[in-house]
Amino acid sequence: MNIHEYQARALLKAQGISVLDGDVASTPTEAEAIARRLGGPVVIKAQVHAGGRGKAGGVRLAKNPSEALDHAAEILGMQIKGLTVQKVLVVPAAEIASESYVGLIMDRETQRPVFMVSSAGGIDIEDVAAKNPEKIMRLPVDPTYGLFPHQALALAFSLYQDFAQVKAAAKIMEQLYAGFVANGASLAEINPLVTTPDGRVLALDAKVVIDDNELFWRPDLGLLRDDTAEEPSEAAARRANLSFIKLDGDVGCVVNGAGLAMATMDLVKYYGGAPANFLDIGGSSSPEKVINALKIITADPHVKAILFNIFGGITRTDDVANGIVAATRQFKVSVPIVIRLTGTNEAEAIRILNAVGMTALSDMDEAVERVVKLAREAA
Amino acid sequence: MSIFVNGNTRLLVQGITGREGSFHARQMLEYGTNVVAGVTPGKGGQQFEGKVPVFNTVAQAVQTTEANTTVIYVPPMAAAAAIVEAADAGIPLIVCITEGIPVMHMSRTMPFVRSRGVRLIGPNCPGLITPGAKGKVGIIPGNICSAGRVGLVSRSGTLTYEVVNHLTRAGIGQSTCVGIGGDPIIGTNFIDCLRAFQEDPGTDAIVLIGEIGGTDEQNAAQFVKTRVTKPVVGFIAGQTAPKGRRMGHAGAIISGSSGTAEEKLAAFEAAGIGVMRRPADVVDLVRKRL
Repeated sequence: MNIHEYQARALLKAQGISVLDGDVASTPTEAEAIARRLGGPVVIKAQVHAGGRGKAGGVRLAKNPSEALDHAAEILGMQIKGLTVQKVLVVPAAEIASESYVGLIMDRETQRPVFMVSSAGGIDIEDVAAKNPEKIMRLPVDPTYGLFPHQALALAFSLYQDFAQVKAAAKIMEQLYAGFVANGASLAEINPLVTTPDGRVLALDAKVVIDDNELFWRPDLGLLRDDTAEEPSEAAARRANLSFIKLDGDVGCVVNGAGLAMATMDLVKYYGGAPANFLDIGGSSSPEKVINALKIITADPHVKAILFNIFGGITRTDDVANGIVAATRQFKVSVPIVIRLTGTNEAEAIRILNAVGMTALSDMDEAVERVVKLAREAA
Repeated sequence: MSIFVNGNTRLLVQGITGREGSFHARQMLEYGTNVVAGVTPGKGGQQFEGKVPVFNTVAQAVQTTEANTTVIYVPPMAAAAAIVEAADAGIPLIVCITEGIPVMHMSRTMPFVRSRGVRLIGPNCPGLITPGAKGKVGIIPGNICSAGRVGLVSRSGTLTYEVVNHLTRAGIGQSTCVGIGGDPIIGTNFIDCLRAFQEDPGTDAIVLIGEIGGTDEQNAAQFVKTRVTKPVVGFIAGQTAPKGRRMGHAGAIISGSSGTAEEKLAAFEAAGIGVMRRPADVVDLVRKRL
């Protein structure tokens, strides 16, 4: 789960990390008031779950409160990568002596949290990792023990010479690790970590991604979710317990299992079509899930045909068939539906579909070819 | 012959009285698997289906029944603890089906599992099946599998069934089918399975089903190139997946520009792995190489 910069700042601040003063605003007048309280020039930053905010014009310097009002008015409501800016963060314009990158990620290869630290800061760390990996210090942490003091110091020494700054940065490393663990993060990033001309070490921008699997027992973290920052159909799918991602094509896909769902999208492309979505209805099926899935897919006006691809294992294909029948009774589905199902309770599923004049195929390739053809004819 | 599960498998089911655990324990018994014990804390002394003794702890179950494999159907918040309990009891093969375990729990659990020298398969996996020994450990439907000499390893569930179904219908049986799981941190990776299949005299060819995200497939390709003499065919799901989005499985995500299907398919080709463009291709590709 992505959270906003202002929320990530608050999580880091709660660990004791020095961040710039500042606050979040939903209206231009709120932004003006914050700028007045802070005094001096401020930076207005769009709060959206998208990179490249600066390039999109979502980050502006304001010399005084009235400029802050104007800039906030322009940024609020702005579209960045298809997402509407609902909030801005207002922070003092810091004087910067140096910028560094500090990141902590859950690494698949070492199966541990790994620090990535670089004095080439304020930049795209993936670029640096690809082109100049020697400029990044990597340090895996054994989660049984946590970050040792000597490790924190070694990370800090890779950034600074001044010992006061080294000590300050080492403390930030320890606090970042503590915050990573306390908030069930899969990524925690300070980019940039800056030094000021008077020698202070400060976190200027923060990013935290929370492991979705933590949310089940950490409802406090779930409260950080901003539904308005997501594609509306994806937010609706999540509330219905469906794993759904919207894409640009015209063939709607309803599949059980993530791997098969991806393979289905790929096969749609293989036969010359374009998938409109990724959708996994999950293992334990219920007619309810199928109804919700059809509602979400048919709400997309680009969808010209819908494919069900169900391989019954734990999923009972008769549950899916009942869901399709119930959905088409509840609301009109105006695009053609192609159904492929095989496996658990297949005969019963086919009987249920046949009773309402629907048919099902048992072969995946045949079903995908047919749905691609139908979508093309309707386009 | 087979890998990991065979005629000597004595299976324990952790969470045997739960909704998922009881359903799948019944399915495994029906398939003919030697289920010797169950564990549910607080329900020790009961009999499952009138024939499988239930214990309060894994240690008691192992002491009494000599279980040598365990399968875990425990809810996400207790699953890592269940893995640790099984490892602490010294069970050499632990299969964890549970989906939704926080990745930090797995990061803390893996060093302990390693320290006990036991193998973990999963989590978030369908388990494994050895049709020739009636050994079903997990949730892979038994009726789509058939005994034979092709080994299969996959990160996915239903996509595995799709491929296995093609093989079985074409008369190509399987030695063992293993689902290693879709999470970022898993106990057994592709290389572990490739090594086991290479050493297994009952396996003549290997099918590898990967997906976007991470580098396990690339590492597997490198291993195939240098260490596997048996023919290998492979598939990668997610060629149409957008970057930076988690495609259902927690581990199926393209980070930046790494972990893409193109990158993995190129690694397969460079290693001489027969590339399946679609699941149905498995039949021809395997036949050509057998």
